[in-house]
Amino acid sequence: MPKDHGIGASSKRREDVRFLTGKGRYTDDINIRGQAYVHFLRSDVAHGKINGLDTSAAESAPGVLRVFTGADFEGVGGLPCGWQVTDREGNPMQEPAHPVLAQGKVRHVGDPIAAVVAETYEQARDAAEQITVDIEELPAVMDMKAALKPDAPKVHEDLTSNLCYDWGFVEENREATNAAFEKAHHVTTLELVNQRLVANPMEPRVAIGDYAAHSDESTLYTTSQNPHVIRLLMGAFVLGIPEHKLRVVAPDVGGGFGSKIFHYAEEAFCTFAAKALKRPVKWVSSRSEAFLSDAQGRDHVTRIELALDAEGHFQALRTETYANMGAYLSTFSTSVPTWLHGTLMAGNYRTPLIYVNVKAVFTNTVPVDAYRGAGRPEATFQLERVIDKAAREMGIDPVELRRRNFVTEFPYATPVAVEYDTGDYNATLDRALEMADWDGFEARAAESAKKGLWRGRGINSYIEACGIAPSQLVGQLGARAGLYESATVRVNATGGLVVMTGSHSHGQGHETAFPQVIADMIGIDESQVEIVHGDTANTPMGMGTYGSRSIAVGGSAMVRAAEKVIAKAKKIAAHLMEAAPEDVELKDGQFSVAGTDKSIAWGDVTLAAYVPHNYPLDEIEPGLEETAFYDPSNFTYPAGAYVCEVEVDPETGKVRVDRFAAADDFGNVVNPMIVEGQVHGGLAQGIGQALLEGCTYDETGQLLSASYMDYAMPRADDLPSFQVDHSCQTPCTHNPLGVKGCGEAGAIGSPPALVNAVVDALQRGGKDVTHIDMPLSPARVWAAMQ
Amino acid sequence: MDSRHDIELSVNGDTHRISVQARRLLSDALREDCGLTGTHVGCEHGVCGACTVLIDGRPARACLTYAMQMEGHEITTIEGLGGTDGYSPLQQAMQDEHGLQCGFCTPGILVTFEAYLRDNPDPTEDEIRDVLSGNLCRCTGYENIVAAVKKAAAGMRGEPE
Amino acid sequence: MKPVAFDYQRPASVEDAVALLQAHGRSAKLLSGGQSLGPMLNMRLVRPEVVIDLNDLLELDYVREAADVIEIGALTRHHRLATAPEILRALPLLAYAAATIGHFAIRQRGTIGGSLVHADPAAQLPLVAVTLAAEIVLRSAAGTRSIPAADFLQNVMTVDLNEDEMVVAIRFPKPSAAKAGWGMRLFSRRRGDFAIVSAAVWLRRNPDGRLADMRLGLGGVAPVPFRLHDLEDPDDEGAPGESWASDLAGQAAQRVEPEDAPGLPAVYRRELACNLLRGALTDALSLAGERHG
Repeated sequence: MPKDHGIGASSKRREDVRFLTGKGRYTDDINIRGQAYVHFLRSDVAHGKINGLDTSAAESAPGVLRVFTGADFEGVGGLPCGWQVTDREGNPMQEPAHPVLAQGKVRHVGDPIAAVVAETYEQARDAAEQITVDIEELPAVMDMKAALKPDAPKVHEDLTSNLCYDWGFVEENREATNAAFEKAHHVTTLELVNQRLVANPMEPRVAIGDYAAHSDESTLYTTSQNPHVIRLLMGAFVLGIPEHKLRVVAPDVGGGFGSKIFHYAEEAFCTFAAKALKRPVKWVSSRSEAFLSDAQGRDHVTRIELALDAEGHFQALRTETYANMGAYLSTFSTSVPTWLHGTLMAGNYRTPLIYVNVKAVFTNTVPVDAYRGAGRPEATFQLERVIDKAAREMGIDPVELRRRNFVTEFPYATPVAVEYDTGDYNATLDRALEMADWDGFEARAAESAKKGLWRGRGINSYIEACGIAPSQLVGQLGARAGLYESATVRVNATGGLVVMTGSHSHGQGHETAFPQVIADMIGIDESQVEIVHGDTANTPMGMGTYGSRSIAVGGSAMVRAAEKVIAKAKKIAAHLMEAAPEDVELKDGQFSVAGTDKSIAWGDVTLAAYVPHNYPLDEIEPGLEETAFYDPSNFTYPAGAYVCEVEVDPETGKVRVDRFAAADDFGNVVNPMIVEGQVHGGLAQGIGQALLEGCTYDETGQLLSASYMDYAMPRADDLPSFQVDHSCQTPCTHNPLGVKGCGEAGAIGSPPALVNAVVDALQRGGKDVTHIDMPLSPARVWAAMQ
Repeated sequence: MDSRHDIELSVNGDTHRISVQARRLLSDALREDCGLTGTHVGCEHGVCGACTVLIDGRPARACLTYAMQMEGHEITTIEGLGGTDGYSPLQQAMQDEHGLQCGFCTPGILVTFEAYLRDNPDPTEDEIRDVLSGNLCRCTGYENIVAAVKKAAAGMRGEPE
Repeated sequence: MKPVAFDYQRPASVEDAVALLQAHGRSAKLLSGGQSLGPMLNMRLVRPEVVIDLNDLLELDYVREAADVIEIGALTRHHRLATAPEILRALPLLAYAAATIGHFAIRQRGTIGGSLVHADPAAQLPLVAVTLAAEIVLRSAAGTRSIPAADFLQNVMTVDLNEDEMVVAIRFPKPSAAKAGWGMRLFSRRRGDFAIVSAAVWLRRNPDGRLADMRLGLGGVAPVPFRLHDLEDPDDEGAPGESWASDLAGQAAQRVEPEDAPGLPAVYRRELACNLLRGALTDALSLAGERHG
């Protein structure tokens, strides 16, 4: 019998009530009296020197309040990078300046050159057309390998080259890894591209700056996954505003998928301009601008080699990756191809020696940063593709080859610096094969053949590191922030609770799931618990939502705060029942004394906390409110196995995904309905990457896929009906809820399963195809068959 | 060309007297001039479907329509769905089946199927997916929206759950 | 993404509309369904001084059936094309084509006149108009003229339309329904997208199974959709045999000269044209009755 409340129940989402009736409050729904509008004039060339900028006509255009250029931001800080990577030689990465508005040079199509603030948006937009920009176009740096040649034009003149860093991991293992390859029975090599993607949350970014002269306080309303981080970065590094004079509000946010983690120039601009003009300033991104200014994802080019012994045991793994940073370093860009990627190269397998080399490269493209999965999809894709290829080359069944190398004993310390606490990779693989009716494949393949179609199947096992992250560890690795989470649990006199959390919900359903945990701990109804998030003015310090960390880190902070509340409440209850606190139990909303019939209701105790007439004032303070900061001691390691079955039309190359089964181990699950929804969404994005999506630039740096007509987002009829399961549960051992996180799994595990399936279909059709780069467009698949 | 025009928009049965430029998009007029922010703007080139509203009962992209075109027509937005006593059957099914996450695309989907299910009370899954393909959702993978439409349609046909 | 400022006119009759066109000429844009023009306006790819809204011209929203022709008003929406009984009965190819345009909401607004004037090389309605030898009826203050669809469509998004003219109707010759069949195949990345290549076929068989009449159209392989006239003459070798569709499609593919496009090599487009035409031929023949009638 499924639970109907508390942890494990599929409680219906309370946030839906407003979203279903048009009463959500997204940033663009906020309008502040007197607000002006900004339009950014963006570069239409990828690389150029600004020789002149004439804004006079725009300044006198109707409704224009002021035109800002890079000159207005001299002396103002640039957008910071939040993670310093150290290269193979032990030197810090090359870190270019990232001005709010271009200063002297433009470095990608979309780089903001000037900002026109006017009474209406249309006036700002019209006036921007009257700005004359004299740009001397320079050769665009597009290809990563070409960018590293000695004579390549430089994206940043003040750097020594276009190389951000050359990172080796684990550098000490390099020689031993190479030696293992020398001795290997078999080596499988694969060169592949993990193409550039655009996150494309349906809500474009919005920023509104507001300034209160009487208190010298700035407020930024923004579409962010982590308002506190924006406050920290923008206040400390860009605008020099102390945190007590800066409030950042991220209200309802229409999806993020990573792209709304980062601090963007438009946020700093609106905050800055609001103070300069003493007017609220609003910016609403158009979809066209989103394609040119939202940080993009992936864009790795990799050569991977796997060394195996005669029985197919993995002996060593070696990779060389070129990671595109784009024109500037976005907030967490540098961590993605390194610590979020290299540390995952062990996958689910016992590979004793691993060496990962990553060269991060500047190009004249939109900056690249974390997108759903961030580094882990890239790691998984390489690994699961090369394993499939190795299985084929060695004539070993791909399922068997994986099983032969699975990690089966935990904890397991990988050679890439992480320690898996729990897992059962065979269990999820068994479950996935069962759901997919693996054994019924041949019959289905025969049916497909009757229609002239080739059926193929692919599997994939994945692991990810979530719940980022132990602060001391990431500090050693170069993070410039702690990665704890905090929560305040405030109990009101009448027994209801407000949880203020640093986690941000933008689709994940925290407002529903977090109360389920509290309700279970106290034994009250979920409706007694309210979640407050997304406003630095009324929540404690928070690091926000990304990396599948909310329930694992934010939820744990909430549990810790609630534990403190309960401990104090027990003291009050003990006083009221004249018992020892250690004898007091809390169950179903009642405090009782063990071995007696004494009991008192939760609400009576909370009332006593605020009306302390009969109260141990000499021992504890009145009130019932506690804050906790939770810093995880390890990452969490969700894992699973996915099976994909496709039909390929050999005449056109068209791929249809017929079946997709996903078996995930997320540890304990708070709300199964929400968890399944997260997996569905991840699968859609992963299948979207594998089949449809991809950013394309021409050689001059123009983004060709800059609208929804050209960037193919997955639609309802591009996707199969999914089979998902999370019944294999090995609870996390180091957080109080035993949870691991579920937000990114689908996007990590699905691309390799799908590509493996298409390659399998082509092989079964008699084509000697070992790899096709994503997206698997009909033309590409067809070309691979020729 | 910059001049403003005083027009009347009839939205969800209410009359809004607004002053707009000829180029004012219906989506902007609804959100900014009528204060009905339930209609969302996702792409402004007619592909994502978030801004879909009903014009005289037929779904249309508000971002490809000008406010001035709408004088004399009846517009229905997300705020006009459901009765005074609560959800429409599809709104209820969307919550029951977890057919939304961030909620941004949801109004366009609800409005589209409000019209579609009236014409087609018993759609197949393939038909539902075909119609749903006119709306982009980045969160749900569409699976639960399809389930919600099926459930709402069955309920509207009077079939027991 | 907001349009440039423009003046807005909302004529109440075709006469008023053409008078406005005469007055404003090239600086005006006609707005019908707006499903293609709207994005171009929002992206400022077109910058008209005047927008003339045709949506009040209900006199142009009609489907009229006569003895040998079906005339369709330019303002008729795709949804109506796809569902009108007389079109489903007499021009099922057109109904099918309209039902595949964009998505449900798009089809409620988009119009046949707008689609033909927009003249996207991969769009469905221009292909069907060419294949079925439709006549485009144009009106200006000076009068009315009509020209074959194949002449109207001149190049990529370019049509034979003077700046004072508007499309008011499309006339489709009403084909004989006896022993007739049709087929249409579209190949697009996703359903609802513009097709990469498309093929349309209409044919009629004699009582003995031999072909009496045939029209073959291809879209997406040239700047405008076109008929394969020289392959349309039925041969005298009797009823189509097993390899008829693939032979004919193979010959057709030899005649197309598509251009290379990024990610879409010409050779692939030609292969698609062959496959799609073969499928459309097979569908048409089977609808027209027994293979060896």
